Amino acid sequence: MIGAEGQRTGPGTIGVVAIAAAVLVFLAAPVAIIVIVSFSGADYLTFPPPRLSLRWYERFFGTPEWRQSIVVSVQVASLTMVFATVLGLAASLALVRGRFRGKGAIYAMLLSPMIVPTIITAIGLYFFFVKLKATGSILAMAVGHTVLALPVVVIIITATLQGFDLRLELAALSLGASRLVALRRVTLPLIAPGVVSAALFAFLTSFDELLIPLFLAGVEVQTLTVRVWNSLLLEVDPTIAAVSSFLIAVTCAVLGASALLRRRTDV
Amino acid sequence: MAAPEGVRAGAEVRLQGLTKLFGPVVAVSDVSMTVPAGSFFTLLGPSGSGKTTTLMMVAGFVHPSRGAIAIDGIDVAALPPQKRDLGMVFQSYAVFPHLTVSENIAFPLEVRKVSAAEIRRRVGEALELVRLTGYERRLPRQLSGGEQQRVALARALVFRPRVLLMDEPLGALDKKLRAHMQLELKRIQRHLHVTVIYVTHDQEEALTMSDRVAVMRGGQTEQVGTPAELYESPVSPFVADFVGESNFLDGVVISTSPDGRAVVRAEGGLELRGTSREPLHVGQRVVAAVRPEKIVPQDARASELNRGKGVVDQIVYAGDATRYSVALGATGTLTVKVQNRLASRQLATGDLVELAWDPGDTRLFARASDER
Ligand SMILES: Nc1ncnc2c1ncn2[C@@H]1O[C@H](COP(=O)(O)OP(=O)(O)OP(=O)(O)O)[C@@H](O)[C@H]1O
Ligand SMILES: [Mg+2]
Repeated sequence: MIGAEGQRTGPGTIGVVAIAAAVLVFLAAPVAIIVIVSFSGADYLTFPPPRLSLRWYERFFGTPEWRQSIVVSVQVASLTMVFATVLGLAASLALVRGRFRGKGAIYAMLLSPMIVPTIITAIGLYFFFVKLKATGSILAMAVGHTVLALPVVVIIITATLQGFDLRLELAALSLGASRLVALRRVTLPLIAPGVVSAALFAFLTSFDELLIPLFLAGVEVQTLTVRVWNSLLLEVDPTIAAVSSFLIAVTCAVLGASALLRRRTDV
Repeated sequence: MAAPEGVRAGAEVRLQGLTKLFGPVVAVSDVSMTVPAGSFFTLLGPSGSGKTTTLMMVAGFVHPSRGAIAIDGIDVAALPPQKRDLGMVFQSYAVFPHLTVSENIAFPLEVRKVSAAEIRRRVGEALELVRLTGYERRLPRQLSGGEQQRVALARALVFRPRVLLMDEPLGALDKKLRAHMQLELKRIQRHLHVTVIYVTHDQEEALTMSDRVAVMRGGQTEQVGTPAELYESPVSPFVADFVGESNFLDGVVISTSPDGRAVVRAEGGLELRGTSREPLHVGQRVVAAVRPEKIVPQDARASELNRGKGVVDQIVYAGDATRYSVALGATGTLTVKVQNRLASRQLATGDLVELAWDPGDTRLFARASDER
């Protein structure tokens, strides 16, 4: 039966809607609960919280170790963003524009970190950096995260480049621009939305990733995710909820920014 | 951009044995031609005949497999596109969507490090030339197709290239606007004395705009000449068919005379006379081509004319002219085009008519095989 809006209605539809609603609830509920608990006034994790307060946020932002972890996480994520975006852009240009043998193999290789379990990558990187005596450094963690972020960056930027009209670049060349000038003044401004959103995803990939820094972090230099993990092993207090809410807020902000960006360039 | 100041009249472009292979595909094969300085030269041909490939080799975006390109006598093989100083207008316009009209036009001057004051002056002149003054701050998406095309044209001319390359630049415009832009292009080309190499598959456009036309087919040039030469004396049935329109009658030569004329018996028995560029011999299989507007129903009385009796089969009224399909029995069908002048008689389907046309308008082509 066809409804007024051309949509089928009936028992089947109701079933689908019910399942979809259940899935959404299961996806969103943990987030909602964590956020609510983070404002709890109780001394331990309870739901629903007996009263509301900001004490766990005070604890989170007031503790030097937690504050330092925020700085470390942001540094690692920022470096990852820069590395992955620059490398990913160069690789994407070569993959989309270039005509050379083994292109498919190189593409597959760049995407392989998505297939290999992260723990395997983490262990491999650990042995590598131990040899270099470079564990515990921000750079090492950023390099590790760059490996993880590259596939996303390459996928987003190659997709953007595929939609780019190559004739614009040819036109720039015919008008006397060198290849570099054509890239800088014509291609990059036009694919900027794709590049920026790839950069944001690279940032997020690093910001909420645990395994790589778990292997590569030092005693002094710990990302937020590692410190959450370590403190979970010792005791569970609602500070964790505040930290988690903070991570969720950052993720939402970055995703929101990238959505806004896409909307602006669509008009 | 006023031409008189520093007249850099267009350059001569010479192609010599130009060939391009894409793997096994022969896109362009042994093309040689000279584009005279300051002329409007058109590459005309059906889809896939190698027009774009030829143009791209001149522009430097495609490397020739063989052959040479010389601009004013200087071989440009070693020069990349950005060093050739050729203006180029693409079918898709390729206007930079993120730059305003004046930024688009300023682009080639900026990359040449022209001073800001000079850029402002020349962008203003270029806008005036293409009649877009007042559009400076608009973005391409705020322009119509025709306006975008004029921006692309201004941008390709503002750095005073000596040769302007255009690949079907009017393909996406409606008929009216197209006719208008054709006139504009001609006006600008005459004003600047720039050499234009123009690609189109629209024979009408080629005939009205060009000083010379090269008809391309299967990667080769079939005929190079002025529009009148192509129309009045095509060298092959292909040109007779592609440039303008022709009726074709298959037949056999039954007698020849030394002035190139020959009498042919068409397949249905109709005898007709025509002219040929190459000597024909009796018994040879030929194709006779005659244009629809050269055939006149009935009135002509001179004995020199080819004649055939037939029945009006189909009528297509096109305003200024009417086209009749006249069935000549076993010989086939001829298309006849009659201008609708004052008091011109309209025929009706089923009317019996006598058709007459001049042997001088009947071109005979030897049939190599079953080729047309
Ligand atoms: N990059 C390429 N690789 C392989 N074949 C090609 C390539 N470019 C063109 N060709 C082939 O070369 C021939 C000529 O192409 P070209 O684009 O020059 O034709 P054209 O005359 O411009 O046609 P159109 O009017 O359709 O634009 C075609 O058969 C085409 O398939
Ligand atoms: Mg083409």
